[in-house]
Amino acid sequence: MADRAYLDHAATTPMLAEARAAWVAQSQRVGNPSSLHTAGRAARRVVEESREAIAADLRCRPSSVVFTAGGTEADNLAVKGLFWGRRDAVGARRVLASSIEHHAVLDPVEWLADHQQAEVAWLPVDERGRIDLASLETELAEPSGVALCTVMWANNEIGTVQPVARIAEMCRAAGVPFHTDAVQALGFLPMDLTAVGADAVTISSHKIGGPFGVGALVLDPAAKVVPVLHGGGQEREVRSGTLDAAGIAGFAVAVAHAVAGQRERAAHVLALRERLIAGIRATVPDARLNGDPGTGAEERLPGNVHLSFPGCEGDLLLMLLDAAGIDCSTGSACTAGIPEPSHVLLAMGADPALARSSLRFSLGGTSTEADVDAVLAALPGAVERARRAGTLAHRAG
Amino acid sequence: MRVVAAMSGGVDSSVAAARLVDAGHDVVGIHLALSRKSSSGRGCCTLDDARDARRVADMLGIAFYVWDLSEQFAADVVDDFLAEYRSGRTPNPCMRCNERIKFAAVLDRAVALGFDAVATGHYARVVPGTGGPELHRAVDAAKDQSYVLGVLGVEQLGRTILPLGGDLKGEVRAEAARRGLLVAAKPDSHDICFIPDGDTAAFLRSRLGDQPGDIVDERTGTVVATHSGAYAFTIGQRRGLGITVATEDAQPRYVVGIDIDARTVSVGPPALLDVDVAEGIRPTWAGPAVGESPVELAAQVRAHAEPVAASARLVDERLVVEFHTPIRGLAPGQSMVLYDGTRVVGSATVDATHRMRVA
Repeated sequence: MADRAYLDHAATTPMLAEARAAWVAQSQRVGNPSSLHTAGRAARRVVEESREAIAADLRCRPSSVVFTAGGTEADNLAVKGLFWGRRDAVGARRVLASSIEHHAVLDPVEWLADHQQAEVAWLPVDERGRIDLASLETELAEPSGVALCTVMWANNEIGTVQPVARIAEMCRAAGVPFHTDAVQALGFLPMDLTAVGADAVTISSHKIGGPFGVGALVLDPAAKVVPVLHGGGQEREVRSGTLDAAGIAGFAVAVAHAVAGQRERAAHVLALRERLIAGIRATVPDARLNGDPGTGAEERLPGNVHLSFPGCEGDLLLMLLDAAGIDCSTGSACTAGIPEPSHVLLAMGADPALARSSLRFSLGGTSTEADVDAVLAALPGAVERARRAGTLAHRAG
Repeated sequence: MRVVAAMSGGVDSSVAAARLVDAGHDVVGIHLALSRKSSSGRGCCTLDDARDARRVADMLGIAFYVWDLSEQFAADVVDDFLAEYRSGRTPNPCMRCNERIKFAAVLDRAVALGFDAVATGHYARVVPGTGGPELHRAVDAAKDQSYVLGVLGVEQLGRTILPLGGDLKGEVRAEAARRGLLVAAKPDSHDICFIPDGDTAAFLRSRLGDQPGDIVDERTGTVVATHSGAYAFTIGQRRGLGITVATEDAQPRYVVGIDIDARTVSVGPPALLDVDVAEGIRPTWAGPAVGESPVELAAQVRAHAEPVAASARLVDERLVVEFHTPIRGLAPGQSMVLYDGTRVVGSATVDATHRMRVA
């Protein structure tokens, strides 16, 4: 794999050596963090020290950090848990959600609508994928019926950054709980959770170089949340399940690395991104950059390049680039491999054909100029072939 | 060669792909997603066959992708299937799929992407002939699938690889087991893929709705039963007619006619089913075309029917086939494939049938 170019860091990124070391070290010790004996206490100590380190790095209270088995679980806990909590407390049933959420938020919201009598207001976005604050304001004008608001910090497909501090402020003023999925933002954008003031924030370990299967919901202890998983009540009675001390230890190391190196990493991937975009524009002039073209931290994730190639199918481009040694994505992964036109692009007003013609390159800390150059070398030929195949699909019969 | 191996997740296409890898070709496995049924409604992650195909590709060490051709399949195969039944004909959707999807859309796409050929696990042989590639029957007569490939033209055959045509099915299954392929014990598929429970009549009813009418005895004109949709019947059908009235001659009754407009299904004794001449439309040729002067060939009208000696000629773009012994139960919409020995000559879709003798 050494000669391959990996440009799918938004899907997952290489595990950090330091995170792996912490993970492996703890995995060699026996002990359930909930056990009362010496072995259990030693494992509990690792969990609590990890919790405190993560809290210090993200500027939140340790008691806010609820460990989960990953980002999807944290999103489910936030969306369903806050909904049920507010429904039980004040009878609120309305959910405000951006129309470009990750499926880990989108699908729980739809499930609540289908099975729990939730009413959903999908907050529209502009053509750059940024939420319309005026429509949020309108929705918050009648806050008593609103159970929660959820808007992701930065979008996984197109990289658009949302004004989360402003949204949190509006929600706080209205007394509405606010959740944000920060899985893509962590490590690439400055993150001070005290300053932002959201009630619930989702983060994930493997997206920042930690082990798979670990994440956290940073949850205001005052927020009323009904659990999704019932059992031993290990995490503040909000989340049950034996704590994965080894995974959590690796996660904490990854968070420390993500936060400490954020500014440098952002500058590194931003330079590569601009080089990649400029190079593609030069060789494939009709390629369209989706999302916000800006280079600021409030505009776009620094490592995200999301383009549409008119007349090409994204999955064919992916296949041709794969054969040329390049790992990239059409945007959102689907394990059976059948791509759907992206709901994010559709929400931004793109037509379904253009939505299907998209490709995402996402850069990370280990990305190099050689990775970018590999794409620039392979892409024009791939586009030409995919375009030839694409014209066939529209041929009658 | 750079080859797309169409991988259904079954035994045959898995072994076909494995042999291409062994032969040193640059192989990419492609699973065709032809429908989007799934519990999540998002059309993904629930298809067992896609998973099986992916696991075989993993074992072979080849790249693997799913091509979503569900929209094209729905339009070219399923809608056509319904339209044919709606007009009282009996289509063969697998042939239609081979003609429009597997050896057209997929092949065209593969060529555009830089591949040289498409390979499948069909049992038939493509062999070089004097005038180009020829399509021949498989060595395993019981598994021979040359009939369903009878719609392929010379150009398509030139880019088609059928690695299993020289083998017996049992050998292929044993080879799959020997190679450690997880699908070695998987049962063969027989049903129409978009009607997995095999209940074609129920599928048609759900899509075309109830159109109740009478089942009438062709000879006496008496109503012998009723039905909920004439489209669900096939010429030559004997079962499921629901006739409780005893026939005078004590002979079983078969469907001998379908009148969609009148919503009438006619039944009669088997002798009424004999067909001596069939006229086919949309002829395709797997080599030199048949012309206006009659050629002595063999005609096959169903996937597993015995071929019948016949003379064929072209009259105003219509393929006219005279069977030397009558064929029992041939419905408009069925495909006739012409053979010269083991070689496929061409095909056409039955448009009209005639009887010479009076039964």
